[in-house]
Amino acid sequence: MNYGLKPFGRERIWLWLMLVPTLIGLAFGTVGSLLATLGLSFFDWDLINPPQWAGISNYAALLQNKDYIEAFVNTLKFSAEYVPGVVIISLIIAVLLNRKIRGISIFRTIYFLPTVTSAVAAALVWNMIYGKDTGILNLGLESLGLSPICWLCSEHAMFSVVIVNVWGAIGEGMIIFLAGLTAIPRDYYEVASIDGASDLQKFFHITLPLITPSIFFQTLISAINAFQAYDYIYMLTRRGQGNSTVPVAVYSIYRNAFNFFRMGDASAQAIQLALLVAVFMLIMFWWERHYVVYE
Amino acid sequence: MTKKNHKFVADLLTYTVLIGGAIVMIVPFIWMISVSFRVPAQQYARILIPNPVTFQNYVNLIKDLPDNAFLFLTANSFKLSILMVIGQVLTCSMAAFVFAVCKFRARNLLFALLLGTMMIPSQVSLIPNFIIFKYLGLIGSQWPLILPGFWGGAFGTFLLRQYFLTIPRDLVDAARMDGASFFGIFWKIYLPLAKPAIAALAIFVFKDAWNDLLHPLVYLPTDMHQTTLTVGLAFFQQQLVMGGKFTVLMAGAFLSILPLLIVFFFAQKQFIEGVALTGMKR
Repeated sequence: MNYGLKPFGRERIWLWLMLVPTLIGLAFGTVGSLLATLGLSFFDWDLINPPQWAGISNYAALLQNKDYIEAFVNTLKFSAEYVPGVVIISLIIAVLLNRKIRGISIFRTIYFLPTVTSAVAAALVWNMIYGKDTGILNLGLESLGLSPICWLCSEHAMFSVVIVNVWGAIGEGMIIFLAGLTAIPRDYYEVASIDGASDLQKFFHITLPLITPSIFFQTLISAINAFQAYDYIYMLTRRGQGNSTVPVAVYSIYRNAFNFFRMGDASAQAIQLALLVAVFMLIMFWWERHYVVYE
Repeated sequence: MTKKNHKFVADLLTYTVLIGGAIVMIVPFIWMISVSFRVPAQQYARILIPNPVTFQNYVNLIKDLPDNAFLFLTANSFKLSILMVIGQVLTCSMAAFVFAVCKFRARNLLFALLLGTMMIPSQVSLIPNFIIFKYLGLIGSQWPLILPGFWGGAFGTFLLRQYFLTIPRDLVDAARMDGASFFGIFWKIYLPLAKPAIAALAIFVFKDAWNDLLHPLVYLPTDMHQTTLTVGLAFFQQQLVMGGKFTVLMAGAFLSILPLLIVFFFAQKQFIEGVALTGMKR
């Protein structure tokens, strides 16, 4: 692990030169900007007049801002539907693909396709599919004798948006789970078969416990993506004036910062989003300590 | 006998679920392609195979948009994505080499800090970065989309470092005996040996840059000569649909995903192994 390649004398400069871009990135791109956003959240600033000290008033205002609360609740609702959706469906697909079936590479390719497709292009076609009078989804419903649904109207929009986001994320989850599944020794299953275990018993007593690291990882990644979900939501639900049928937290940050130029409010919202991620991570790592089985 | 029946039922169920799922996954693509080859009057028609098949939508897309907009959008997307790949591969591999091979006092702290930044939502960086670029007078130019590619990144550095760690140490010692310099070891030994990992990283970076919507939306003007395909398509959605031209829009959508589909079919292994690699235990 620790090579300890020692740079000779003057070569020491190379070590730091090679790190310069990364250090700049840390200073401006990530760590520095986190601190800057934190600082900005205590000011009122429209980028034209000089910044005004605002104390915690930006945060206090968030608690009374109905639009923001709606957006934050939408982010939570979205995540609560999206994360289990991605984790459960991609796990099922991976387990089925792992049953040594024919055509595994064709299935894998098809399930992975949405992952390489831009959300913008995919959302354009989903817009057509969801069309109320003209979409093929409602055509399907009608042929089953059901009444058509307005998929992107406000009462169904959240669900429709979750479907498209899950559709776009299954491929990656499936690969993560397949990698985890192939690492489980086949002997375990053979021994279990000799003992007369059924497929379901094998799944719940061998597969599921041994794949908890992958489940942990996939849940973490999916949740971080969910908190930041933007592209599909923007494309499927935007209305006039930069508004949306399903405004989420990121939407609110974007509008405040770049449409209204309320940098302080936007920063306070961004910090709250970062806190949400941090709290979720803490919960996940607690969960990992207690429930995740590493061999 | 019962066991055989049991396996048959299980297989039948497996294939049913997998094929059903695969249809759901692929229908949007088929629909996109189907609509893009139809005459506009049939854009809502409930047919799969267009009749007549027309290429007119693709011609319209390239010829009829004002000032060759589609060609400019495509060129911008290619330019920005390729610069992003070059920047990320260079800067991440240099940092990864230092973190994997060198021992120095601040190493573990710096590396932990870098990994920690993966948890910072990108929206948090967006506001101060926008302000900095604004004060540098770069908003409206493509620099805010190019420069960040050249300041490294946690994902790429981590991916390459994991790979560099698997390169045997003897190689370094042997090169040292031959008088190779510090940078020489990186450039002539580590970089060439890490081709598979670099390919995986390049593909991921290209994909993310090509599909990025938020950053071009924030930094670039909605000028079809300046911005990218994603923003352009999102813009056309409002324009073309008002003119009722879903067929042209689908042609645009299909052309916009074509480069990545081609990369995916040729480099499927790198794609899939890259995803699997990121999910490995630490």
